[in-house]
Amino acid sequence: MELITPDFGLLFWMTLAFGIVFFVLAKFALPVINGMLKKREEEINNALELAERTHKEMEQLQANNEQLLQQAREERTKMLNEAKQISDKFIEEAKAKANEEKDRIIENAKEIIEHEKMAATIEVKNQIADISIKVAEKIIGKALESDKEQLDYINRLLKEIEDKNKIQ
Amino acid sequence: MNKVKYITNYLSNYLLRYALLVCFIILMGVSSFAEPAQQSDEIDEIEIEIEEEGLNAGELIFDHILDSYDWHICTWKGKHIGVYLPIIVYSEGEFYIFSSKHFHHENQYYTQDRNGDEVVFEIPDEGKYEGKVVRVMSDGTQIRPFDISITKTVCGLLISCTLLIVVFLLVAKGYRQRGEKAPKGLQALIEPLILYVRDDIAKPNIGKDYDKYLPYLITVFFFIFFNNILGLIPFFPFGANITGNIAVTAVLALFTFFITNLTGKKHYYEDIFNTPGVPWWLKFPLPLMPIIEVVGCFIKPVVLAIRLFANITAGHIVLLGFVSMIFIVGEMSAWAGAGMSVLSLILSIFADCLELLVAYIQAYVFTLLSAIYFGMAAKEVHH
Repeated sequence: MELITPDFGLLFWMTLAFGIVFFVLAKFALPVINGMLKKREEEINNALELAERTHKEMEQLQANNEQLLQQAREERTKMLNEAKQISDKFIEEAKAKANEEKDRIIENAKEIIEHEKMAATIEVKNQIADISIKVAEKIIGKALESDKEQLDYINRLLKEIEDKNKIQ
Repeated sequence: MNKVKYITNYLSNYLLRYALLVCFIILMGVSSFAEPAQQSDEIDEIEIEIEEEGLNAGELIFDHILDSYDWHICTWKGKHIGVYLPIIVYSEGEFYIFSSKHFHHENQYYTQDRNGDEVVFEIPDEGKYEGKVVRVMSDGTQIRPFDISITKTVCGLLISCTLLIVVFLLVAKGYRQRGEKAPKGLQALIEPLILYVRDDIAKPNIGKDYDKYLPYLITVFFFIFFNNILGLIPFFPFGANITGNIAVTAVLALFTFFITNLTGKKHYYEDIFNTPGVPWWLKFPLPLMPIIEVVGCFIKPVVLAIRLFANITAGHIVLLGFVSMIFIVGEMSAWAGAGMSVLSLILSIFADCLELLVAYIQAYVFTLLSAIYFGMAAKEVHH
């Protein structure tokens, strides 16, 4: 009978002891333990999520890289093309310029030649005039006074001859 | 392989510490309480007594199962070796505190109350108060005082509670120091059980409010588990039959009862007093269902208490029975005793392993049922 009759003293001590254990555990031990367990779980979850995210980001990054590379390739091709175009244009321009220069030089040369020709003609004319005068002197036998009137007269004659030549 | 090595290392480490502790305590206990040298004729008397009596297995087993005022460790050459525990009684407005040693020689203890009158305490051998401290009044009547003695069970209880608190504070310290790192040592030993109580007992049975009940469930689980396991260790200061005592299990069940009924929501009481899904005539003229439900409220904790008490007590009885068998058979013939000891040993080992399992299962069952009751109390909506 004693076996199944709860003893009062024991009830008292048990309530006290269990109450104290419950209080101490619930107040000092379990909040720390449960809190830390929860925190650790969150930490693990976060870490897993982060890994997942990083993985995705890596994939994204890789895709981006691929795209960038593609872009760079396109850019290079474009640049090469452009450079080629520019250089072609450059060459073209240089050619045109050279042609122009050539034409100009030729033109200049022509002008100079013309000029020289003119000068030579005048020289010849003057010499002819002189020679003519000397011939005339010899023919006439007397030295003509080379005054201005006579010289003008001869010049006029020469001019006439020249004009005739031109007309011809 | 490494893990096994780690565990064995760990266990041996703890076993060593435990052994040292036990040696220390035994030395303390024996040196302070061991019977002082008796007169030689007294020793002879006791020895003769033992020879004549032989072994009374029933008495031995019930000595262990039941509570007592001293903690008997062993009898060595007729000397009683054990720890005499303090008796604390409150009688007629006064506390009396004295050692149970006084009851060892003669059955009575004489003292004086504050008026100088003689007060006599006695532990009667028979009658209504057999084995309990009573006050013998001047007219010879026995009155049971208000008795809050530190009995064997109380002593064991205090030791295991201290151990429980120390273990949990150490574990909490471990968490505080190691933060969110992986658990280590004692922490690693306790953590799976805490997680088990939380994730497999509290969460599925209580639902979203489980946080509120978790501290109690963890406390009750470890309290029962610790005491069950410590009760299986046959050396002082363990081995007291704590969870096999109806008073201890009754208090645990009362805690569960009060927590269930004090935290019960509206829906919980609606289920009791106006049970849904039941024909009206079971409720109206004669409130049959409400009566059954209310009685059920009280039966639940009673069953909880009896289940734990009976399981643990039965385990202790079986174990002690196997050991006693050696001596009972040995009294008939020494050879039979020797043969029996082998069989008994095998049976005891088997029973011990079974008891380890029971120690865990009973802690689990008590916690699980408490969680289910809390779940009923915390439920809010019908489904």
